[in-house]
Amino acid sequence: MRPKLKLLSDELVDQIINEGFALLMDPGVRVHNEEALKLLADAGAKVDFETQIAYIPEKVVRGALETRPSEFYLYNLDGEQVVHYGGDSVQFDPGSAAITILDSETQEQRQPLTGDFVKFVKLVETLPQLDAQSTSMICVDVPEEIGDLYRLYLALNFMRKPIITGAFRKDTWWTMKDMLSAMVGGEKALAEKPIAVFDVCPSPPLLWSDLTCQNMIDSARHGIPSQLVSMPLAGATSPVTLAGAVVQHTAECLSGVTICQLAQAGAPIVWGGSPAAFDMREGTTPMGAVGTWMIDCAYTEIGKALGMPTHAYLGMTDAKIVDAQSGLESAGGTLLAALAGVNMVSGAGMMDFESCQSYEKLVIDAEIIGMSKRLIQGIEARDNPIALTLMRELGHRAEYLAQPHTLKWFAEELYTPSSIIDRGTLDGWKRKGSKTSWERAQDRVKELLATYETPSISDDLRTELRDITTRAANKFGMDELPPLPID
Amino acid sequence: MSNELLTDIKNALVDGKPDETVELTRKALKAGIEPMMIINKGLTEGMDIVGERFQTGEFFLPNLVIAASGMNQAMEILEPELKSLQQTAESLGTVVIGTVAGDIHEIGKSLVATMLSVNGFEVHDLGVDVTNETFVTKVKETGANILGLSALLTTTMTIQQQVIKALEEAGIRDQVKVLVGGAPISQEWAEKIGADGYAEDAIGAVELAKRLVG
Repeated sequence: MRPKLKLLSDELVDQIINEGFALLMDPGVRVHNEEALKLLADAGAKVDFETQIAYIPEKVVRGALETRPSEFYLYNLDGEQVVHYGGDSVQFDPGSAAITILDSETQEQRQPLTGDFVKFVKLVETLPQLDAQSTSMICVDVPEEIGDLYRLYLALNFMRKPIITGAFRKDTWWTMKDMLSAMVGGEKALAEKPIAVFDVCPSPPLLWSDLTCQNMIDSARHGIPSQLVSMPLAGATSPVTLAGAVVQHTAECLSGVTICQLAQAGAPIVWGGSPAAFDMREGTTPMGAVGTWMIDCAYTEIGKALGMPTHAYLGMTDAKIVDAQSGLESAGGTLLAALAGVNMVSGAGMMDFESCQSYEKLVIDAEIIGMSKRLIQGIEARDNPIALTLMRELGHRAEYLAQPHTLKWFAEELYTPSSIIDRGTLDGWKRKGSKTSWERAQDRVKELLATYETPSISDDLRTELRDITTRAANKFGMDELPPLPID
Repeated sequence: MSNELLTDIKNALVDGKPDETVELTRKALKAGIEPMMIINKGLTEGMDIVGERFQTGEFFLPNLVIAASGMNQAMEILEPELKSLQQTAESLGTVVIGTVAGDIHEIGKSLVATMLSVNGFEVHDLGVDVTNETFVTKVKETGANILGLSALLTTTMTIQQQVIKALEEAGIRDQVKVLVGGAPISQEWAEKIGADGYAEDAIGAVELAKRLVG
């Protein structure tokens, strides 16, 4: 039996969905994008083009819920299905768009450079617990206007896994689409076997910005999956009750699915988010708060009730260094995400809310993910009878280590972590230098990076990627890109 | 009687009851209590208590924000009265604040605006996605001595620099201290773009504002 978290009663699920639909009529949704407003008006929504508010009737939204795929796959660069969005599949990618990196030596946050992000991409490739890459940090050695596409350019040069990404501008989306197409041999191939997902973030409460709307419409028309990242902040930009925050999330996502499907029926789209239980002392948006986790898991239940693929930002910490708080908060969110059956869990490596990435936290989080993946495999009989034959054979002797049964099952039954998790004796731990988990994570990062091999991408393709990116950089005053750190 | 009413106003404010605060303020005016007395002995004392309780951790942001709303609503009634008496409420300074163009993040900016207003500044909150020209015009119009610029995105933080340039072009850069804030903003950034100060949270912003115009 697959263990499953359930936070909402069936009645509450129905009520939340009904209130979500009702909000789309009153007060309606702000849509700051002409094309989306026209699509909504043509489909039968009442649109006030002056105030840019759309009042969307339930039947229009129901229509969109008919055409959206309930599942789809992401492919790696070898053309294999590696991520399944749908059902209760659970997969993980690093938290994205950090504005700082935690320096491995000083443990201070600093602004990321090209080399930092490339190192991070390599590390993600070596970690089997992570199913996808993300454009996890913003490098400051290129103009801000190309901050989004430059990350993708770097990642594509070093990755084989699929990637969760996003555009910060309307025009840069097109450059990013061109890069992705180049990787797989054209737009048609990209639509057939998508290798990337674009995050699209509505602004709470109930607003679709021009940029986000356009990114979502353009993605839909090219068959590239969009991932809704609705982020109610309970008590600040949404009702403080957890159920109230989920109602707001529901309305925002329903309107997103509708705009997406009106742009292109059948376009893949994910029910996701990054809500937070607002901190009433500090005025911050804690990712490690139990209330945050509960909103995430509850909206995942709503998404599943509507037959949507799901996503959540979970497994992050608000701690500023990789310490006990970091471990406990990341573990709490990750375990719950797995139990809730979130299809894509974004957050590994991320700390200080959603602002800092850390190599060391990433490799520790990979252990949490490994344990979580084991947890949701649940407990099975394995044998029938489960134990009678074996235990009667051994009688009262404790000789299980020597049994073929043990050898057959131990690796599947008992998850074995890497050397980051210390399970040695006290003397053994002292002999290895009495290292803290932070120091063991530092060692692990070095070990893993030593195993990384740069994928063999043709020189032509590398040149094409470089040309596409350089043309974009030229527009914003950069003549030549920073050198690619290739061995 | 008058003392009792002032205590009631103070308590209503501290208890987070804006409607009652307004009603009691009207009653106090009717009873002939000087508007300045209502402000100093009722509202301001109430806000001081709220501020103290917030600092000690007894109160949370919702307590603070609702009390500030009570104070502002009461001030709307008192200001015309003060004007007719040719008095003005004491102000530490005039602040224009907003989130820069292309950025619609509201909370941090609004918290700073609330805290500044609670601490005796006259605050003009322009909201979010404010154009550079609007900032310049409002600073001119109000004669503000502080301008607060919020940006939450790495893509909009550069706009803060543009606003400072716009102030220079309008020839009013010297009249106003520019404070910058937002998630990607740092002291380093503030110095780089020629801002007068940076604070990491609303309480820090109040201290900074007091220091800059004190």
